[in-house]
Amino acid sequence: MLSGDRRSIARAITLAENNPIESQKLIAAIYASTGRAHIVGLTGPGGAGKSTLADKIVREYRKRGKTVGVVAVDPSSPFTGGAFLGDRIRMQELSTDPGVFIRSMASRNYAGGIAKATKDAVRILDAAGKDVIVVETVGAGQSEVEIIKVAQTIVVVHAPGLGDEIQAIKAGIMEIGDIFVVNKADSENANKAATDLQTILQLGGEKGWKPPIVKTVALTGEGVPELLEKLDEHRRFLEKDSEGRMNLLKAKAEAELTEAIKEKVLSSIVDNLKKEGRLEECLQKILKKEKDPHSAAEELLREKGLE
Amino acid sequence: MSSEKRIRVLIAKPGLDSHDRGAKVVARALRDAGMEVIYTGLRQTPEQIAETALQEDVDVVGLSILSGAHRTLFPRIMQLLKEKGLKDVIVFAGGIIPEEDVPDLKKLGIKEIFGPGTTTGAIIQYVFDHVPK
Repeated sequence: MLSGDRRSIARAITLAENNPIESQKLIAAIYASTGRAHIVGLTGPGGAGKSTLADKIVREYRKRGKTVGVVAVDPSSPFTGGAFLGDRIRMQELSTDPGVFIRSMASRNYAGGIAKATKDAVRILDAAGKDVIVVETVGAGQSEVEIIKVAQTIVVVHAPGLGDEIQAIKAGIMEIGDIFVVNKADSENANKAATDLQTILQLGGEKGWKPPIVKTVALTGEGVPELLEKLDEHRRFLEKDSEGRMNLLKAKAEAELTEAIKEKVLSSIVDNLKKEGRLEECLQKILKKEKDPHSAAEELLREKGLE
Repeated sequence: MSSEKRIRVLIAKPGLDSHDRGAKVVARALRDAGMEVIYTGLRQTPEQIAETALQEDVDVVGLSILSGAHRTLFPRIMQLLKEKGLKDVIVFAGGIIPEEDVPDLKKLGIKEIFGPGTTTGAIIQYVFDHVPK
């Protein structure tokens, strides 16, 4: 897989999706080979043109001799668990380019715009030697901020007519964007949309990097070379600001470490309680309204000496 | 819900056939049955289909064709799938495929042909029955 064999990459990503325990071993083995790729997150409301833009971005990187991995996330049905993964349609011509690897992922009801296994899929593509990895989020709107855990440069894609200025001020993706794109720039309201965006961004604070606004027409590829310039600029900015970068990496590592600890502790405690039958006892009490869930949890943890 | 195996299916339309309603109906039905369906749109070449099946690590490939070009396209697709090491992927086909062509297509390795009038329920059941747990 490390040599870039596509079947191995594909199987590894499937492992990350289906079998977190086994895939942990894989990630442990390849971890030292990660960290080389530029990871770009592509987010923004549905209909803004993310997939079409992703296709053009990949083509432009290929022109510049870079290899690219794409992870495109679509939502899973909360009822059936199934998913219709259609982002690839816009990128299909790239399927047969050996320098491009495209993988569609279902969110599997992980909240925040990506899938739980997206981070590992990115690591796999990184370790396999891709220069750039583009992660396209589900596209459901303002709460899609999980991408910041995965990507280094976040591109927020807007299009005119998808919501007015007030929509855009809402917290969430407007706060995490490193580069803002106004797509469908050939439409009437594009200039106004760009000016509105400009105004909103000026209302935000300074943080060393001023997010630029790039106008694109994803269907034709117009504006995409300029977008890549900005992507490269941001990458250089991140590399130069080594202290800021170190802090950011540390914060991400801490978040991931504590999350991993939480998960392992939780599953081991709950498994234990199940085996001892204590969980079932408490459930019965809760159902009979003899105890509420929080008090039951406190009681159980006290028993285990954890309170 | 987050980390269980989901059956991954590629629904592909090879060749120059622009009738995609059937493919979309099947894709949606499989999704409603809990599968993850990758739909790649119209006018796919055998190379695109095989490479997509590889990258997406699918369990099943469903080929939809109404143009009559199945005798030319399907052997190429099956050949490419074999070359890429995907001979365990279950391939079925649907659309307009004459009865008399079915035995030859099965000889190529296409497991089942679902002609017009097949219920989506039958296709769903077939997939559940044939994909290893």
